Amino acid sequence: MLDRRCNDLAEAFAGIGDGARVMVAGFGEAGRPNMLIKALLDSGIKDLDLISNNAGDGETGLAALFRAGRVRKLTCSFPRGAMQDVMLDLVTRGEMELEVMPQGTLAERIRAGGCGIPAFYTPTSFGTLVAEGKETREFDGRGHVLETALKAEIGLVKAHKADRFGNLTFENLARNFNPLIAAAATRTIVEADEIVELGDIDPHNVHSPGVFTNYVFTTQPVSEESWQDWRKSA
Amino acid sequence: MTPLTRDGIAARLAQDIEDGWHVNLGIGMPELVANYLPEGREILLHSENGILGMGPYPEEKDIDWTLINAGKKPITTVRGASFFDHAWSFGIVRGGHLELCVLGGYQVAPNGDLANWARRADDPLPSIGGAMDLAAGAQRIYVMMTHTDKNGGLKVVDKCSYPLTGAGVVRRLFTDLCVIDVADGQFTVTDMIAGLSRDELQARTGAPLRFADKVATLGNLAAA
Repeated sequence: MLDRRCNDLAEAFAGIGDGARVMVAGFGEAGRPNMLIKALLDSGIKDLDLISNNAGDGETGLAALFRAGRVRKLTCSFPRGAMQDVMLDLVTRGEMELEVMPQGTLAERIRAGGCGIPAFYTPTSFGTLVAEGKETREFDGRGHVLETALKAEIGLVKAHKADRFGNLTFENLARNFNPLIAAAATRTIVEADEIVELGDIDPHNVHSPGVFTNYVFTTQPVSEESWQDWRKSA
Repeated sequence: MTPLTRDGIAARLAQDIEDGWHVNLGIGMPELVANYLPEGREILLHSENGILGMGPYPEEKDIDWTLINAGKKPITTVRGASFFDHAWSFGIVRGGHLELCVLGGYQVAPNGDLANWARRADDPLPSIGGAMDLAAGAQRIYVMMTHTDKNGGLKVVDKCSYPLTGAGVVRRLFTDLCVIDVADGQFTVTDMIAGLSRDELQARTGAPLRFADKVATLGNLAAA
């Protein structure tokens, strides 16, 4: 029986060691899997090799991972925002490595990772600092930069609807990096607003087919104060 | 002379967006352009987080945090809008499917180079976002910015000293003083505000300016 539903968050993270590469989907708060980020924090896994477009903000969600010192490296396109003081502090003290790249390059590297394409040429960043030290090649008279695929041990995904096969839909602009990360991660853990019966999602409207999904949970609210639990055990 | 306001620059730039174009408005000053799209032209706005057909900010009661733009501000959708994931969205960008992208700028040079993401090469928190993909991918790039910085420092320069966002990409530059076509390694002024001489404009510019046969007067279209 093909049933990706699960009730035990600890099971979803079992066997994952320190230093794991984890991709977290979302853009702003849209499509951000907050319950799973909290579960990752609770798992105690540290030295995370984190891939996320943004750095989060405030005290909750992604921001809690940085504040708890769990992240060894962040790969993103935009580390500024409400978290920039914390980011600057971690980077200048040498406690966290930061790799920044163009947003479309990040998205395509993740897409390539999920689709079995080891590398690709892109016109983005040709002639800029980002391209320094990278292989370049001319196609149709234009310079391109070689970029490699990104994969991860864990992918954290936020869906609107899911079924037990792991088929997913996303709402509005909450799709963003979610289907890309679902495909690129070896273990894709999903939280969904609602788990529906097989067939309730029209096959035409599946945004991420179940083959990419390993665990499906129903989203539960995470209380504001519980984001500070790590401070008690730290 | 009265330099244009930010809204004035946005209103003038909007005149140069054609009916039927798909357009990305960068974060910051370019977002203002959405308020001045000419009546009667059907223009679809793209946001790199996954929408074509972005509408104006919603009323407070209608805010939905799954409906946001690249600047993470709430938006609405227009009839006929579409949603897609980040890979498709940047496929639209890199694939040359957007007729126009409007970006802000720190520096623009006559060879079309644009610097708009970092003021130093060793920035500890470099923040690129979607700007490099947009610069490389859209069919044309318009830049809008003040002609000089707050201290009178030059931004329209002979060569960019800040790290580049894109090399040779700028098609047209809209400032608070003038409109400049960027082609063949040269700046050509097509519009200027009243009360400013060509010599005065040249003095505020770090590269030689040519002037079109007919230079239009740059009025404040946002004041109407």
